[in-house]
Amino acid sequence: MSASSDVGFHAQRQARWHYGEAAFWLIVLACGFAFPTRYLIMTDILRLALFAMSLDLVLGYAGIVSLGHAAFFGVGAYAAGLLALDGIVNEPVLALVVAGLVAMVLGFATSFLVIRGADLTRLMVTLGIALLLEALAERFSNLTGGTDGLQGIEMQPIFGEIPFDMFGKTGFFYSLAVLFLLFLFARRVVHSPFGLSLRAIKNNPLRAAAIGIPVNRRLIAIYTLAAFYAGIAGALFTQTTAIASLDVFAFERSADLMLVLVIGGTGYLYGGLVGAVLFRMLQELFSTITPQYWQFWIGLVLVVIVLIGRQRLHRWVLYLPNLVIKQIAGRKAVVAVPESDA
Amino acid sequence: MTSILTNLFDGVAYGMLLFVLACGLAVTLGLMNFVNLAHGAFAMAGGYVCMVLVNRMGWPFFAALPLAFVSAAAIGIVLERTLYRHLYARSHLDQVLFTIGLTFMSVAAVDYIQGSSRVFINLPAALQGQFDVLGVGIGRYRLMIIVICGLLTIGLQMVLAKTRFGSRLRAAVDDPRAASGLGINVPQVFAFTFAFGCGLAGLGGALSAEILGLDPYFPLKFMIYFLIVVTVGGSSSITGPFLASLLLGIGDVAGKYYVPKMGPFVIYTMMIVILIWRPNGLFGRTAAR
Repeated sequence: MSASSDVGFHAQRQARWHYGEAAFWLIVLACGFAFPTRYLIMTDILRLALFAMSLDLVLGYAGIVSLGHAAFFGVGAYAAGLLALDGIVNEPVLALVVAGLVAMVLGFATSFLVIRGADLTRLMVTLGIALLLEALAERFSNLTGGTDGLQGIEMQPIFGEIPFDMFGKTGFFYSLAVLFLLFLFARRVVHSPFGLSLRAIKNNPLRAAAIGIPVNRRLIAIYTLAAFYAGIAGALFTQTTAIASLDVFAFERSADLMLVLVIGGTGYLYGGLVGAVLFRMLQELFSTITPQYWQFWIGLVLVVIVLIGRQRLHRWVLYLPNLVIKQIAGRKAVVAVPESDA
Repeated sequence: MTSILTNLFDGVAYGMLLFVLACGLAVTLGLMNFVNLAHGAFAMAGGYVCMVLVNRMGWPFFAALPLAFVSAAAIGIVLERTLYRHLYARSHLDQVLFTIGLTFMSVAAVDYIQGSSRVFINLPAALQGQFDVLGVGIGRYRLMIIVICGLLTIGLQMVLAKTRFGSRLRAAVDDPRAASGLGINVPQVFAFTFAFGCGLAGLGGALSAEILGLDPYFPLKFMIYFLIVVTVGGSSSITGPFLASLLLGIGDVAGKYYVPKMGPFVIYTMMIVILIWRPNGLFGRTAAR
């Protein structure tokens, strides 16, 4: 067997759907029917999951450390808000796509700044862009509502048929559908040759360039795509909560997002989804213990995770499930988190 | 004309202050290659220590300043020995996550202990008000900052360039392996430098309460400023960060004065432009490790 077909074989086998994945999505869908009183928090989790998936694309697959991912979230949020408020695009799904595209354009424009320089410069530039946008949103308060944010957004029915209800049921299933579709696309992308080349770049950009991968173009492409995803997440935020305020750009949002991904693990797409659930649960827990100072505990979680080591932690977490899986389905079926240091 | 000079003076004072706050970070980030986003937390610690000593215990301001330095340095060395040193070899992502976590903890802890409102340090009467020199308004407090920070800068430069410790530090930074091969205790040098940088940040925090404002969100608000100083200034010497701080200080004050509506817009744009133009900083070495 030649080397290239061997690679293709493994890539294809990895790309195949597992039973576990189907079960995961069925459980998520079932949650929608099982907890009809919790639509708001579940929608929130879905949004966060989509946002985290966006960061996973750049961090987990391309190895770009971004501290300003909230920039695209915020742009998507404001774009969706303005589209609905000024009645430019009334239909939510179309508005969602448009908002995503706006964020995507920004992502494309800023990707040229981000691919320059090493980790540190990237950190700075991404952080700087998010802060810049926050300052801009505050400055042009006639457009963005300044510190008050956009208020009085009224969402039209989806496809002109399904109206948003006050319990958030529509919002939940709408968000779930969007998340699932985008997940399918992301899954396709990361298992494609393009996705494989991204991993090569992450592992060693120099070597990747030496075997003929156009490193910069690939990074620009994935960064732009991730910006689209983040923009959609932001737009979902505005559409399901009917507000958009300055804090969509906040540094805390980007930092929390990092934590979500760290909890869930990077580089296998489900990290963001799992992390979002765990993060929100942690946040709920901490804010019931100490309403005002939950940030302390979030910080402590981050510190502890890093000190223990992310990989070791995931091994511990997966130890018990894998023991069970091994008994039922044999050694080959164990779940491993394919994580290398970003 | 005089307003330009006054602004320039304020900008220089602001820049000097930023330099004292950030030069510790220049060492950890630039020289030891450790992304320490929690640097502002040490500054805040120094500021709050000074505040408690002066306001609650009635210490004179100038006696509290050294203690701000010492306490921040002490916290720094404890954290360095217990936590930070395990992370020197880790990836930048881990370092970022770790220090963001520390920052969040410090913000919430100070909020818990001291409340979330902005605090002021009672200044002695000699430092209040301003006087005119040829029509240029000179704030006494700002003048003191320029004097203290100027002396510190000269002192630092002398220590780095002339003393035995300075040459050890430079050797450890240039090539830690070769340096330890020559019998230099590299971890010790780094620990001491880290603590000293934290102490300077603490001193800066105490001095900055009057100008930048001191509240629990200080580490988050000024994180970007410190990072700008270091990334723009580069890390090959302390002259780079020094010039970068002055540039940033003058730019920020001028920006707020002449185009107040653009707010922080000016410096962020400045930073991004400089980083695009020279990704390794204005005065940086070309080969970043």
